[in-house]
Amino acid sequence: MNERPVKLACRHVWKIYGSHPQRLLAGGNTPTLDQIRQSDHVGAVRDVSLEVGEGEIFVIMGLSGSGKSTLVRCLSRLIEPSGGEILYDGEDLLKASPARMIEIRRHRMGMVFQHFALLPHLTVLENVAFPLEVQGMERGAREARAREVVQLVGLQGREANYPRQLSGGQQQRVGIARSLAVEPDLWFLDEPFSALDPLIRREMQEEFLRIQRKLRKTIVFITHDFDEAIRLADRIAIMKDGAVVQVATPEELVLAPANDYVAAFTAHVTRAKVVTLGRIAAPGQPDGIAGTLSAGATIEAVAEQIVTADAPFAVERDGTVIGHVTPAAVISILIGKET
Amino acid sequence: MTLWRGIWAALALLALALAGLVTMPSGWLWPPQQLHLPFAAGLTAAMKWLTESAAIGPVVVKDLTRGFATLIEAPYEVVKVLLVDGITEGKGRRATTIIPPLSWVAVTLAVVALGHFARSFRLGLLAGALMTYLAVFGQWDSAMITLASIAIAVPLGVLGGLAQGIAAWRWRWVERVISPILDLMQTIPTFAFLVPILVLFGFGPVAALLATIIYAMPPMVRVTIVALRSVPPEILDFANMAGCTPWQRMRKVMLPVALPDLMVGVNQVIMLSLNMVIIASMIGAGGLGADVLESLRRLNIGGGIEAGLAITALAVVLDRLGQAMSERVAQAEARQGNWWKRHPRTTLVLVVALVTGALGYLVPALQDWPKAWQITTKPFWSDLIKYINVNYFDQLEAVRVWFLEALLLPVRRFFLALPWPFLLAVLTLAGWRLGGVRLAALVLALGLFVAATGLWEQAMITVYLCGLSVVIAMLIGLPVGILAASNETAGKVIGAVVDTLQTLPSFVYLIPVVMLFRVGDFSALIAVVLFALVPAVKYTAHGLRTVPAELIEAGVVCGCTRGQILRKVRLPMAVPMILLGLNQTILLALSMLVITALVGTRDLGQEVYAALATADVGRGLVAGFSVAAIAIIADRLIGAAAMRARARLEGTT
Repeated sequence: MNERPVKLACRHVWKIYGSHPQRLLAGGNTPTLDQIRQSDHVGAVRDVSLEVGEGEIFVIMGLSGSGKSTLVRCLSRLIEPSGGEILYDGEDLLKASPARMIEIRRHRMGMVFQHFALLPHLTVLENVAFPLEVQGMERGAREARAREVVQLVGLQGREANYPRQLSGGQQQRVGIARSLAVEPDLWFLDEPFSALDPLIRREMQEEFLRIQRKLRKTIVFITHDFDEAIRLADRIAIMKDGAVVQVATPEELVLAPANDYVAAFTAHVTRAKVVTLGRIAAPGQPDGIAGTLSAGATIEAVAEQIVTADAPFAVERDGTVIGHVTPAAVISILIGKET
Repeated sequence: MTLWRGIWAALALLALALAGLVTMPSGWLWPPQQLHLPFAAGLTAAMKWLTESAAIGPVVVKDLTRGFATLIEAPYEVVKVLLVDGITEGKGRRATTIIPPLSWVAVTLAVVALGHFARSFRLGLLAGALMTYLAVFGQWDSAMITLASIAIAVPLGVLGGLAQGIAAWRWRWVERVISPILDLMQTIPTFAFLVPILVLFGFGPVAALLATIIYAMPPMVRVTIVALRSVPPEILDFANMAGCTPWQRMRKVMLPVALPDLMVGVNQVIMLSLNMVIIASMIGAGGLGADVLESLRRLNIGGGIEAGLAITALAVVLDRLGQAMSERVAQAEARQGNWWKRHPRTTLVLVVALVTGALGYLVPALQDWPKAWQITTKPFWSDLIKYINVNYFDQLEAVRVWFLEALLLPVRRFFLALPWPFLLAVLTLAGWRLGGVRLAALVLALGLFVAATGLWEQAMITVYLCGLSVVIAMLIGLPVGILAASNETAGKVIGAVVDTLQTLPSFVYLIPVVMLFRVGDFSALIAVVLFALVPAVKYTAHGLRTVPAELIEAGVVCGCTRGQILRKVRLPMAVPMILLGLNQTILLALSMLVITALVGTRDLGQEVYAALATADVGRGLVAGFSVAAIAIIADRLIGAAAMRARARLEGTT
């Protein structure tokens, strides 16, 4: 997955709260957590370097207070980082003038918020059209565009409602539509489904994946819910105390957690949900295969097909066969035997 | 804890002993002459310099104030033409009206339409009925003069407050500068404002208008800051992410989102403006306030009560309309068609205004309520008061004398007999116990200021009257508040009464009291208690109502009786709120006390009142600042106590 061109990168980003954050970072210094604490500062984001590829769903996962919200606000420069670089299409956002920043946000960034952040005095349509209005677009044009996006999130017929007349899930659909109105390349979602009930959350995750399959945005998605991260992510960055502990695909995280902290999250994850065929494929191709499956498919997705067949399946990646899987191998994953 | 209880008890006993038994050498009782600092003379001189020779560059301050006055006068004149004068030719008695002002029918209809727009037809009818009352009872002209002042003072006060609030929100340092000034403004008694304005702008409606605006603005500044702060941070983030410029962010996001909160401030500005425009009749605001003042001065019973009732009617109209507007939910009213189809109410009012204006030449009753149909209640009120005084004089007098001799005079003697260093020491000690060294230093400094003004005696009279009023107000307010919180029907009735009491300008309270008990400390006491009762009731009821349901359920499950729940669960939990109510009660009592100078008290208010009569800026301001000092001491001490109480309840010491 890392062969995608890099859309957004951050290098050695710091956000330290306190009276003299610059003093701690002077001369390229990298203070430790203890040093920061002892000087009565708070290290909200510590030396984070990440690369997000074009069209990738990059999930930043951490418990409350781990700095994930601060990090995403540094990436969008809603919060001014204490140090580092943030490169969007190669341009350092931290060097952009206020006017340039307004320009970038008006056309190339969108953001969805945990508590929706809808404007209570505007209707659904006006809320969705708001970012366009701010740009100075004509009423007719912006409302036409807003109707399109409202349709995309499945809220047609609700255009004239006010936010308070909608359910939480519907409100977040408005939030999603609004963030997409300007057709941004880069899409930030800050715990978008955390405030919703579990069933609605599930439904919204599906909806989100459907929209993403259609639009192929570059996505930075914040969550504290590890299951959600696994369901949605191409790659996951796990944060603790302001620093990134591990960046990996869901499968790598589960199979090779970097430390005990990560392992504690992954311990209860059903292996079949994250392990792909490519990972358990045995080399060679026996005779009499029942069919061919993609190496990227998760065990969960194809388990029934493999187990009910009475022959192994060939596993292919990018058109070439890389090995095969047997029902026995799949069953051992399903019953939780370690791989 | 027990140690400190002992110390406080010992200090109280010592106070009694000092007041009753020990004869103090002079200089111990009241601050000695040598301590007095010439604050008043300095302020007067500074004012004199300011009005006569101060200049900013080539612009003389005097011209600046004149220019400022003209700036306010112009819109005021326009509104006055609309509501009061019409367009006339000639002057004085020979003036002939060319175009009349808005007819009473048009103004009343406009109020009805506003009520309908803001909430319901019922509200519109209530407001309309009260306006008709003003016409029928011959108070229309005075009421319109008052309304004209409010119509100017409110928008200016709101805009000024909004601008300062936005600046304070945007730049921290602005808030740091404004905040203490606002504190001071809200504790200085209303009268004290009037003196410097009188000197700067002279006697007349414009000066009164300015005083009104300055007085009504501070709450709007505070409300604006709080309202902008309470906009969810996510909304602010969203505005930035949408690419708003700072101006777009304020206009399109922050202000609309904060609007419901801001409307609370607007409502406050309306009510404070009404209160002040009545008081400002002392420096030349005409209208209902001038009528009351005139009646009070001449002891014209009927006229005073009539004008007072008219103010009440106007206050209720303004308050209910203002509240309805602030609670009005934005409705999707996407009407189609022409302007008049989209604005049916406005169109109707405009048409009626024009029609009644034109027909008024033929049918004068449409323009002005005919004199012959006016009902006057003056004789009724005069007779009523006369009847009461003839038949119940002895009883009333007995009550008055008993209160004076059994309560007022002993307490007064006690406060006047306390040596000033002792009182200062006790207050400072309390400050130290409640809020540490900083609070102690503040209390001591403010106390020394009062000592150095040479107004110690007046200050003590203020403290005694205020303290007694507050104690009585709390003694009445607590049980009433408990009743309101524990019985729904009682709560509704009490709430309605308290809300109406709250809308009345302070002047109005003086009228019935003076009629029954004539001038003096006892009358002042009753007026102050009535005025300061509202927060005592309101905060108590609110504090009791907002005790978490879970805690009450826990009490029920433990088998508490109703009385036990009240005593052991609800009251202790409500203590911080009740303390805040006490705080408000003290502040209101002080502000009312100053106004009771009109009924002949001899406290700091009388100083201000006398200064106003002689336009003595220094004297007025020093007395005003002394009242503010007392208010701040009380406010900070009780505020600190409330904070400790809350910290103890929430376990966050």
